[in-house]
Amino acid sequence: MFESKSGILLIGGLGFFLFAFLSNALVPILLYRDMPEQSVEELVENQNLIYQFEDLSLRYPEEFQEHYGEPTKESLAEALQLGHDIYVGEGCWHCHSQFVRPVSNESARWGEVSSSKEYQNILNRPVMWGTRRVGPDLSREGGRRGNDWHAVHFFDPASLSPSSPMPKYPWFFDDNNPSKPNKRGIAIITYVQWLGSWLEQYPLYEDFVPLEEQMQNPLE
Amino acid sequence: MSEVAETHDATQSNSSAAIPRDLVIERLVCWYFVAALTYLFISLTGGLLMALQLVQWNPLQGIEYLSPGRWRMIHTNAIAYGFLANSFLGALHWAIPRLTLKPVLHRGLSYFIFVAWQVVVCATAIGIMMGHAQGVEWGETPTWIDPLALVGLALVAVNFMAPIVRTEGPLYVTLWYFVAAFVWTFLTYAMGNFVPEYFVPGTSAGAVGGLFIHDLVGLFVTPLGWGLMYYFVPILLQKPVWSHGLSLVGFWGLAFFYPLNGIHHFLLTPIPDFLEYGAIVSTIAVEFVVTTVIINFFGTIWGSGRAVVTNLPIRWFYTGMVLYFVTCAQCAMQVTHTFQKLIHFTDWVVGHAHLVMFGVFSMWLFGIMTYLFPRLLKQSWYSRSLCEWHYWLSLGGLLVMFIDLTLAGVFQGYYWASLQPWDVSVQGSQPFWVTRLFAGLAIIGGQLAFMFNLWMTWRLSKRAKAVA
Ligand code: HEC
Repeated sequence: MFESKSGILLIGGLGFFLFAFLSNALVPILLYRDMPEQSVEELVENQNLIYQFEDLSLRYPEEFQEHYGEPTKESLAEALQLGHDIYVGEGCWHCHSQFVRPVSNESARWGEVSSSKEYQNILNRPVMWGTRRVGPDLSREGGRRGNDWHAVHFFDPASLSPSSPMPKYPWFFDDNNPSKPNKRGIAIITYVQWLGSWLEQYPLYEDFVPLEEQMQNPLE
Repeated sequence: MSEVAETHDATQSNSSAAIPRDLVIERLVCWYFVAALTYLFISLTGGLLMALQLVQWNPLQGIEYLSPGRWRMIHTNAIAYGFLANSFLGALHWAIPRLTLKPVLHRGLSYFIFVAWQVVVCATAIGIMMGHAQGVEWGETPTWIDPLALVGLALVAVNFMAPIVRTEGPLYVTLWYFVAAFVWTFLTYAMGNFVPEYFVPGTSAGAVGGLFIHDLVGLFVTPLGWGLMYYFVPILLQKPVWSHGLSLVGFWGLAFFYPLNGIHHFLLTPIPDFLEYGAIVSTIAVEFVVTTVIINFFGTIWGSGRAVVTNLPIRWFYTGMVLYFVTCAQCAMQVTHTFQKLIHFTDWVVGHAHLVMFGVFSMWLFGIMTYLFPRLLKQSWYSRSLCEWHYWLSLGGLLVMFIDLTLAGVFQGYYWASLQPWDVSVQGSQPFWVTRLFAGLAIIGGQLAFMFNLWMTWRLSKRAKAVA
C-alpha cells in the first residue's frame, strides 16, 4: 500500500489533501457561513465614506465631473470597486497589511484589533490581509489623512515623508499634476478612505452634512 | 556527429548503455532549462528593481509598467512558474523516462505542453505588468489565465503518469513523490486560485490563501525537489539510498503533515485560534519528518564525503539540503506566537522565503543543470572555474542576504512594538536594505557567470558537431 501507485495516489495524493482541506478550509467556511457578505452597493451606505467622496468632488471639481459626474451612490460604488482593483493590481498589499493584531502594541498604533466581520465583504475576495509591512497597516487608514494629503502622497511619497521607499504613482494623475487626480487617482483615494470607515473610532468622524448644505455655507 | 555522441555516451555511467536513444527527448529538456534561465533573469530584474526602490535608488521611478509594486509580483511568479516549474519539467522529462524505461505518453503532447506553458508564463508576466494581478499571494496570475494554467497542469500529469502507470510492482521513492506532486499541484492550484476569488470572502478566504501559499511550496516544489534528489544523488554517488524505511517515513510524514500547515501564514489574524494551533503543531511535526529525510541523505553520502569537494552537482545538492534543514528548523521556531509577535510582517519572513526558494530548490536545480547540460550538449563545461564562481557567488550572496534580512526583521519588529514613528523603522532598515542590494548583485553575478559558461559551452558543442 505505501509503495503502490494506487496507495500513493488515493491516500497520499487525494486523501491527505482532502483531509487538510476539510479541516483547515471547510471549517472556517462553515463557521462564517451565516455572517452575511456585503456587496459594494451595501458598503457605500456609509456616511464617512460618502463624506470623503463628496469632499473629493469639491476639491477636484473638474476632474471629478469628468470621470465620475455627480457624487452619487452609483459613482461611489464604481470608484470604490475600481480603487480596490488598483490596490490589488499595483501590489499595494505586498507593502501594506490590512489587519491589526492583538500583540506588539498594534492596537495602540492603529486602533481596534481586527475581527472577522470587517472582512466579510466582496472587496475581500481574496482577503487583502497582506503579509509584509514595508509601510504601515492600512486597515484603519480612512479619515486619518485628508484627500489632498493622499493625492500629493501618491504623486510623490518622498515629498511628504522624505525617507519613504513607497513608489511614485504619477499615472494616477492628469498632466503630471498632483492637483489633478484622474479616474484611478480618485478611485484609489476613495478606497483608502473606505478602510476602517465602518468603525466607531473613525478618526475624523463628523455628522454627515448633505452636499447642498455644504455648498450653501462652503466656509463652515 | 554520431561518433562524438557515442564516445560521450560510453563515458557516462554504465546504466545508460541499456537506455534506448530516443527514450528522453533531450532537445526538450534543454529547451526547458533555457526557458527557465530566461525567466530567472526576469525574476532577478524584478528583485533588483524592488531592492533599488527600497533604498530610494530606483532610476526608473514613475514608469507605470516598471512599477516596483507590480514587478515585485513578477519577481515571485517568474520564479515559481517560470524558473522552478520549467526546470522541474525539464528534469522530469529526463528522470521519468529513464527511471521507468518508458517514454512519456506522447511526444507531440510534450512539445505542445512546452509551448503552452511558455504562453501561460509570459501572459502572467505581461498581465501583472499591465496591472491585472489577482489578489492571491504566489498566485497573482491574472484570473483569466488560471483555467488555462490548470489545463496545462492536467496535461503534464497525464503525460508523465503514462510511463509511471505502466511500470509494474512497487514504485521507487522518486516516483512516490512525483505521483503525489502531480495530484497535489493540480488541486492546490485550483483551490488557491478559485476558492478565495469566487466562493468565499474574508477570513475563510484568508485560511484558503494560507493553505495555497504553503501548499505551493510544500506540495508542488518540495515533492518534485526531493523526488529528484532521490533520483540523482544515488546515481551520482553510485550507491543506493541509505535507508528505505526512512524514505518511507519521510514521504508519508510529509504527505500527512505538510498540507495541514497553511494557516501558519496568518497567525494572530481573525482565523479561530484552534485552527491556528493545529497549523502550529503540524508545522513542528514537519520539522521532525524533515530531520529523518536529512539523516537518510547524510547516511547515503557517509563514506563518500569527498564528493562534496570534487563533484559539483553533489555539492549543490548537499548545500541545498543543509539549507533545507536550516529553513525547517527556522519554521518550527518562527511558527510559535513568541516569534510571530516580533517577526511577522518583517523582512525576517522575506529572508526565510529566499532561503527556501533560492537556497534550497534553485540550488538543487542548478546542480541538476550543471550535471545535465554537458550530457545534453555532448560537450563538457567550457570552464570549470566559472561553475565554481556560479556556486560560490550564489551561496555567498544568499547567506549574506539571509542573515541580513533576518536581522533586519528583528530590528523592524522591535521598532514597531516600541511605537516610534513609522519613519524610524524605515530609516533603521536602510543599512540592511543596502546590504541586501549588494548580496542580490552577487547572486545576479553568479547567474551571469553560469549563463556565459553555458553560452560558451554551447558554442563549443556547435563547433564539435561541425568538425565531426
Ligand atoms: C515599496 C513598498 C510600498 C508600496 C508598493 C506601496 N507603499 Fe504605501 N507606503 C509605504 C511606506 C514605506 C509608507 C510610509 C512612508 C510614507 O508615508 O510614505 C507608505 C505610506 C502609505 C500611506 C500613508 C500611511 C499613513 O497614514 O502614514 C498610504 C495611504 C499608502 N502608503 C497607500 C499605498 C497604496 C494605496 C499603495 C498602492 C498604490 C501603496 N501604498 C504602495 C510603502 C509602500
